[in-house]
Amino acid sequence: MPVLVFIDQSEGQVKKASLEALTYGAKLAEQLGTHAEGVLLGKVTEDPSLLGKYGVKKIHHVDHDELTHLDSQVYTKVIAEVATSMGAKLIIFSNNADGKTIAPRLSVKLKAALVTGAIALPETGDGFMVRKNVFSGKAFANISLKTDIKIIALNPNAYKIVSGEGTAEVVSFAAQIESPKVKVTQTDKITGSVPLSEAERVVSAGRGLKGPENWGMIEELAEELNAALACSRPVADTNWRPHHEHVGQTGLAIAPNLYIAIGISGAIQHLAGVNRSKVIVVINKDAEAPFFKAADYGIVGDAFEIVPKLTAAIKNKKANG
Amino acid sequence: MKILVCISKTPDTTAKIAFTDNNTKFATAGVQWIINPYDEWYALIRAIEIKEKDSSASITLVNVGGVDAEPIIRKALALGGDEAIRISHDPQESYDTAVQISAIAKDGGFDLILTGRETIDYLGSSVGGMLSEMLDLPYVAMATKLELTGKTATVTREIEGGVEICEVELPVVISCQKGMAEARIPNMRGIMAARTKPLKVVEPIAVEAMTSTLSFELPPPKAGVKLVDADNVEELVRLLHDEAKVI
Ligand SMILES: Cc1cc2nc3c(=O)[nH]c(=O)nc-3n(C[C@H](O)[C@H](O)[C@H](O)COP(=O)(O)OP(=O)(O)OC[C@H]3O[C@@H](n4cnc5c(N)ncnc54)[C@H](O)[C@@H]3O)c2cc1C
Ligand SMILES: Nc1ncnc2c1ncn2[C@@H]1O[C@H](COP(=O)(O)O)[C@@H](O)[C@H]1O
Repeated sequence: MPVLVFIDQSEGQVKKASLEALTYGAKLAEQLGTHAEGVLLGKVTEDPSLLGKYGVKKIHHVDHDELTHLDSQVYTKVIAEVATSMGAKLIIFSNNADGKTIAPRLSVKLKAALVTGAIALPETGDGFMVRKNVFSGKAFANISLKTDIKIIALNPNAYKIVSGEGTAEVVSFAAQIESPKVKVTQTDKITGSVPLSEAERVVSAGRGLKGPENWGMIEELAEELNAALACSRPVADTNWRPHHEHVGQTGLAIAPNLYIAIGISGAIQHLAGVNRSKVIVVINKDAEAPFFKAADYGIVGDAFEIVPKLTAAIKNKKANG
Repeated sequence: MKILVCISKTPDTTAKIAFTDNNTKFATAGVQWIINPYDEWYALIRAIEIKEKDSSASITLVNVGGVDAEPIIRKALALGGDEAIRISHDPQESYDTAVQISAIAKDGGFDLILTGRETIDYLGSSVGGMLSEMLDLPYVAMATKLELTGKTATVTREIEGGVEICEVELPVVISCQKGMAEARIPNMRGIMAARTKPLKVVEPIAVEAMTSTLSFELPPPKAGVKLVDADNVEELVRLLHDEAKVI
């Protein structure tokens, strides 16, 4: 009973989150004494067999023009068909935008228990238990899945990609494709920057920056670190920065390796979106700012002095090792 | 235009998160309850805005919950819902919730079914998708914009590093997040009117749960912050490189 992993692509490129899901699926298959296969819908620019290096043995490729964009009804039917044909009992998604759209539908269709936001491999010794984030990342819950078929949606950045040797056998899967009811008319990607949800490093700033005209130094620091930009909610609400940069309880929840918070007080709602970051650095002129309690490293001082110095020091470190 | 808005009750965003009964239950003592922010600020307010433009539109609120959910349902009515249905049941998982709501939605003739992106306590982001499959309707998740032109909805949804704009014919299920609308507070007239708006209580249907929550855990506390002197940013760079190994 192989594990099936949904491979998510956008404009022909397999997403980083799917590489995490593939690694996770392969590891889980190993734990259960079986192997992992993948299902890939739509066209891709790279040879899918190369995905074998993440541990999948076989890829079911459904190459069809109507699958270029996500329509959850069409996708769900096709994935269910693939899963049924191979007798998959475990299906893995990334808990990204597409995963969140498809996995719940598939759960109903296959009468399969679903856990979204998984952060670790399940415990399969006695029963089947998955750990997930709850309460906006302030706690974990251990969820038991009780049905024969099970679906796990893995949180982005929760599982490290491991690649090795190997190629996957690619088989084309002939499925009946209906015409999608959700018609995508436009895709706008912010080019040139790292998508916040996938970023390993994030530089974030808050109201302490005083105004949108002061973001130049934040952008320079982010560029030096190859980091994505984020901000606190009031900064997005007052349109100093675009909405998609807003992190926190009501914004995006992220889990990068490094989160640098500049001029952000560290309100509980802000922390809810960033407390899964591995290392948190806080720069704030107020030594009493609550953010320092959640930080690993901190500097008490004026951001306008510290940030340019920090950028220079990183540049220097890169040049001189 | 008939709109169904799914409203859930969650602990206030500043609530202390703690557990009782051997870490199997959320400690509710002293907790303030609110309408899940995504349901209120985005799904409900967008529905109200649509109604403000189209006076023939009506907004039905649905909640799966106990009698303790009535204060948040009244608040949603005060903001601008027309009527509410409470399915008297304490759901233990998203699937259970979706089954209950689908029973209401099936014969309701709704053109638009709106949910929040996720509940901020369970973080399922599942009810909308499950509901759409049960009703065999199209579904757009994590929408940041919604415009209606006749029977066509133009929806913007978030994708990694950007947005996607799509068109879909009603009826449709949409999960809502930031960008959809601006938060509002109920006014006095709304609060008065809410007292007499219909709030119907219906019995749940039996569901066999697919999952169960065995226990909760709190993350280990942080070791404590290492402060670096403002005049010595090189030391911070060194620590991030040599100790934390993140740059
Ligand atoms: C229901 C609800 C949901 C919410 N959701 C979110 C959310 O998702 N995300 C979010 O971010 N917030 C959210 N909030 C808002 C949150 O409570 C805070 O109000 C917000 O995070 C504060 O933003 P801030 O830290 O940028 O601003 P402030 O609180 O104003 O803090 C500014 C900080 O900058 C420091 N500072 C000032 N000048 C300098 C300087 N020159 N150098 C260095 N430091 C300086 C100050 O000491 C201060 O700590 C929510 C609130 C509610 C009620
Ligand atoms: N008990 C409930 N009653 C009504 N609607 C709910 C309930 N639970 C969840 N929902 C809706 O479904 C959305 C997603 O919930 P979840 O799948 O639990 O994250 C919420 O934002 C609500 O709109």
